[in-house]
Formats: sequence, C-alpha cells, structure tokens
Amino acid sequence: MNGLLVSLEGAISQGVLWGIMVLGVYITYKLLNIADLTVDGSFALGGCVCATLIVSGQMNPILALFIATLAGLLAGAITGFLHTIFEIPAILAGILTQIALWSINLRIMGKSNVPLLKVDTIFSKVVNFLGMKQMHVTLILGVLIVLAIIAILYWFFGTEIGSVLRATGNNENMIRALGVNTKKSKMVALMLSNGLVALSGGIVAQSQKYADIGMGTGAIVIGLAAIVIGDVIFRKVRNFAGILTSAVVGSVVYFVIRALVLRLGMNANDMKLFSAVFVALALCIPVLIRKYKQRRDYSEGGEKNGNTI
Amino acid sequence: MVTLSNVYKTFNKGTINEKKALDGINLQLNEGDFVTVIGGNGAGKSTMLNMIAGVYPIDAGKILVNQINISRKEEYQRAIHIGRVFQDPMMGTAAGMEIQENLSLAYRRGQKRGLSWGVTKSEKVLYHEKLKMLGLGLENRMSSKVGLLSGGQRQALTLLMATLVEPKLLLLDEHTAALDPKTAKTVLDLTEKLVSESKLTTLMVTHNMKDALRLGNRLIMMHEGKIIYDVSGEEKQKLQVSDLLKKFEEASHGSFANDRMLLA
Ligand SMILES: Nc1ncnc2c1ncn2[C@@H]1O[C@H](COP(=O)(O)OP(=O)(O)OP(=O)(O)O)[C@@H](O)[C@H]1O
Ligand SMILES: [Mg+2]
Repeated sequence: MNGLLVSLEGAISQGVLWGIMVLGVYITYKLLNIADLTVDGSFALGGCVCATLIVSGQMNPILALFIATLAGLLAGAITGFLHTIFEIPAILAGILTQIALWSINLRIMGKSNVPLLKVDTIFSKVVNFLGMKQMHVTLILGVLIVLAIIAILYWFFGTEIGSVLRATGNNENMIRALGVNTKKSKMVALMLSNGLVALSGGIVAQSQKYADIGMGTGAIVIGLAAIVIGDVIFRKVRNFAGILTSAVVGSVVYFVIRALVLRLGMNANDMKLFSAVFVALALCIPVLIRKYKQRRDYSEGGEKNGNTI
Repeated sequence: MVTLSNVYKTFNKGTINEKKALDGINLQLNEGDFVTVIGGNGAGKSTMLNMIAGVYPIDAGKILVNQINISRKEEYQRAIHIGRVFQDPMMGTAAGMEIQENLSLAYRRGQKRGLSWGVTKSEKVLYHEKLKMLGLGLENRMSSKVGLLSGGQRQALTLLMATLVEPKLLLLDEHTAALDPKTAKTVLDLTEKLVSESKLTTLMVTHNMKDALRLGNRLIMMHEGKIIYDVSGEEKQKLQVSDLLKKFEEASHGSFANDRMLLA
C-alpha cells in the first residue's frame, strides 16, 4: 500500500511538471488550431540545454531554466518561420524542426545522456533549505510553478496581444481585416508554446536528475491526451484560468493512469501504444457520434421522427 | 477620397482556368459617396472589393486612399483605412470570443496592440451604448460568446465593428444576402443609419436592384470585369428597375453577339 502511495505521489508530481508542457501544447493546438510537432524536440531541447549548462557550465539551475526556455522560444521561431514565411504546412514544419533538434540536442550534450547527480537543482536547493523530502518538494514546487505560469498566461491572453492570438485561432480572416499581421501572431504563439515546452523539459530533467536524448519522444501525444482528459473532466468550465488548470489536471490524471497500468504489470514500452490508441479514440469518438446522429435523424419519409416544425 | 485607376486582375494566369476578373477598372469615389454595386454572377464585384481590401495583389494599376497608394500594401496594413462586412455572417466575427472582445478587437483596427488589458472599463461603457443603438438587446449580453448569436445579430455586430472606428472606406459585399427578408431589412436599415450618420464613403454590393436604387447617391453596374454604367445624383433618383434590366440586357446581348461573331 505504501508503495502504491509513493508511486502515486510520484505520478502526480510528474503530471504537474509535464503539465507545463501541456499548457504549451494547449496554446498551439486549442487556441491557434495548429498541430505543432516541434514539441517532442523542444521538450528534449529544454532538458538537454538545462542539464548541460548545470553540469558543464556549473550554472545556477534557475538561470539554466531561463536559458532552456529561450532555446525553446528559438525552436518555436524556426517552426514559425518555416510555416508563416515559407508557407510549409504547420505539421511538416514542426516535424522538420523536431528532426533537426534531435541532432542538435546530441551536439549540445555530446552524448545521449547527462546525469544530474551531485549538482544543485531547483529541487535540491529547496530540499537543503527546508529539510523536506525530495518527493514532497517536487510536488509542492511543481504546483507553485504551474500556478504562477497559469496566472501569467491568464493575464497574457487577456491583453491586447493575447486577444489577437486567440482571435487568430478563431477567425484568421476577420482579425487580418482588422489590421493584424496573422503571420506574426502565429509566430508569437509557436514561440511561446515551445518556450513553455522547453521550460517543462528543463524542470523534468532536474526532477528526474538526468536529461536524455529520447526524453521528449511522444510528448505531443501525452500533451494531446492530457488536453482531452482535461476537457472531459472539466466539461462545464468556461473561465480561461479554469480551462488552463483543466489541461494540467488532465496531465496529472494521465500520469496517474499510467502509473496504475504499469503497476498492473503493463510493459513500459507498450505505454506509447496505449497513449496513441487513447488519443486516436478520443479524436474518433466525436466523429462517430456525429455520424451516428446523422444516421439516426435521417428518415426517408421526412416526417417520421417528428422533425418537421 | 478613393481612386482606382486601370486596375487589372486575372486569376490563374497561364493556366486552363485563366479568368480575367477585373479588366481595367477606373473609379473615383468622392468623400461621402454611398455607391451601390450591381452586376451578374462573376461580374467581378467581389473581386473589386477584395482588391481594394488587399485580399489578393492586383496585376496592374493603382489604388489610392486619400492620395496614399495602397496597391502594394498587405491586407492587414490597409485595414487602418477600411471597414468590411462580408456575405457570410460567420466571416466577420470570432465565434469563440465574447461580444465585447470582438468589439475591442475592432476598436483597435489598424492600431498597434500592446500588453495593456484587452477590454478596458471605459470601452465597455462605449460598447454598451453602441450595442443599445442596434436595438437587438445585445447590450445585455456583452460577455456572451458571439457563436451563440443568430446570423442577423452577427451581421449587425459585424457592421458595428466595421464602423466603430470611422473607416475612410466601408466595403459591404452582399452583407444581407444570407439573411431572411426581415432580418435583412433590419441590417440594411442599420447600414443606412450608420453610413448617413458619419457620411461614410461606402461601396455596397447587392443583388437586390430595389435596394440598389433606394440606397446611396450613386450606382455602378459591372459586367465581365468592367464598370459599364455609373450614375449618380438626380439621374440615379429617377432610375427604375426596368432601366437597370434593360442595361443588363444590353450588356449581355452585346457579349452574346460578340461570341456569335467569333464563332462565325
Ligand atoms: N480566388 C479566386 N481564384 C480564381 N478565380 C476567382 C477567384 N475569385 C474570383 N474568381 C473568378 O473571378 C470572376 C469574378 O468573380 P467575383 O467573385 O468577383 O464575381 P461577383 O461579381 O462577386 O459575382 P457574385 O455575384 O456571384 O458574387 C469569376 O469568374 C470568379 O470565378
Ligand atoms: Mg461576389
């Protein structure tokens, strides 16, 4: 039982820290209607940059996170550049950046894995200061960081520029007719999104005490799964802060489910299959429901179901 | 003042689908002109409006607004001069955003946008007042999502948004065509009111010849990418639907005869 509780707390913390990545995915996927596959690469980028700076550069772990975020902004800018200036479809632009980042990440680290033992992380600093257990610190600090990010995003998307980004996702033609360069707004959204994703990668690397070239693989699917779960749980929520929170809660639920099925004996390598099937189902079900309703409401005579007024 | 001189546009040049949509358009709009635009399907009416708004670049010619040449400017750069309402009520508003948010986006048309709050308190007062004028009760639903509104309500809102900051030119492209007759009338009355209140220079495309005759001080008829008829003032006042039909007839017969000659 104790083992279960420990693994659950670990899963919740993981869900919270990965939740920052989910917020990034939310910005592009939900607000801007762009499926951005840069995410897998920029998540690992964040981890790699952060770990390398802390280990080889002996940098302060907070400063390292800051620079990891900048690296993510840059990655998003490259995808944005390919998509908006050269009109490459967003999915393809994202894949190109993602693939390029694999090599870049290896170059940054010089090897495929950088351990963060015996160095300071934001978590070890707090552990040393407060004398609490690392596990609890990870969760508490994670929640505080996420709340701060949600507050900042809530503010940002209420500003003039934030409103423009939302409008770009809503009705691009309209906001262009109102004088907005929508290429620029997509660029800003992709940068902001990947900045958050890289920040998440950096924090996750610090919490798990290593960065790995493969740590971002499948991140986009986790992001989508978390958003879908959050949507289902918080179906009624309309407030923007609530919606952002639901994405993070979705991430937590995802990692808890994951921990449980792993405990039930599922092979960890099958987890990606599980996530992919889950997201595919989540995307299929609304379509199936729509088709079913169409068929149900159809009647040859035209009046059978009392559909006439 | 708005001037189009020798504006040409051909779509899909050099392909089998080549289509000459604008064939040397010359048009000068005086300050406060309210021009109704009529013509058959494919005459180039929408294309002319789209070229002015910068949706596509023109092939040749010049478009001037208050002596400023805007022909090479991007669509978003021209927005500072131009207010637009489209045929499709979905096109002019952001469905997933609140009524007041939509208005606030329009309130900053052509302005630089920064990190100050998207909808300020004083703006809300202004929007309340403006919405009340529509008489649709929208002033009590300012934080409702626009997606919940009917087509007519959305079109009225779009019209308000297009004129919230006075445009140098208002472009209306069959903006009542998708509405039922009663709603169409409401939106048309509102159009008349907004345009006359601020004496807006306006181009309004319509398929309804009665509206084209009743509204505005000037009427132009287009055919195959050309302006074939341009009347204003008293002459327009005297015009009847039958006169317009005759003009149409003449125009299409002319081309029919030409086709025959080519074939012969
Ligand atoms: N984006 C485009 N690509 C290719 N052809 C186009 C495009 N837009 C318009 N056309 C063509 O240009 C011609 C003029 O079209 P336009 O839409 O301006 O006509 P219109 O006068 O507005 O007609 P309607 O009354 O049907 O709206 C048509 O033959 C049309 O098929
Ligand atoms: Mg048209």
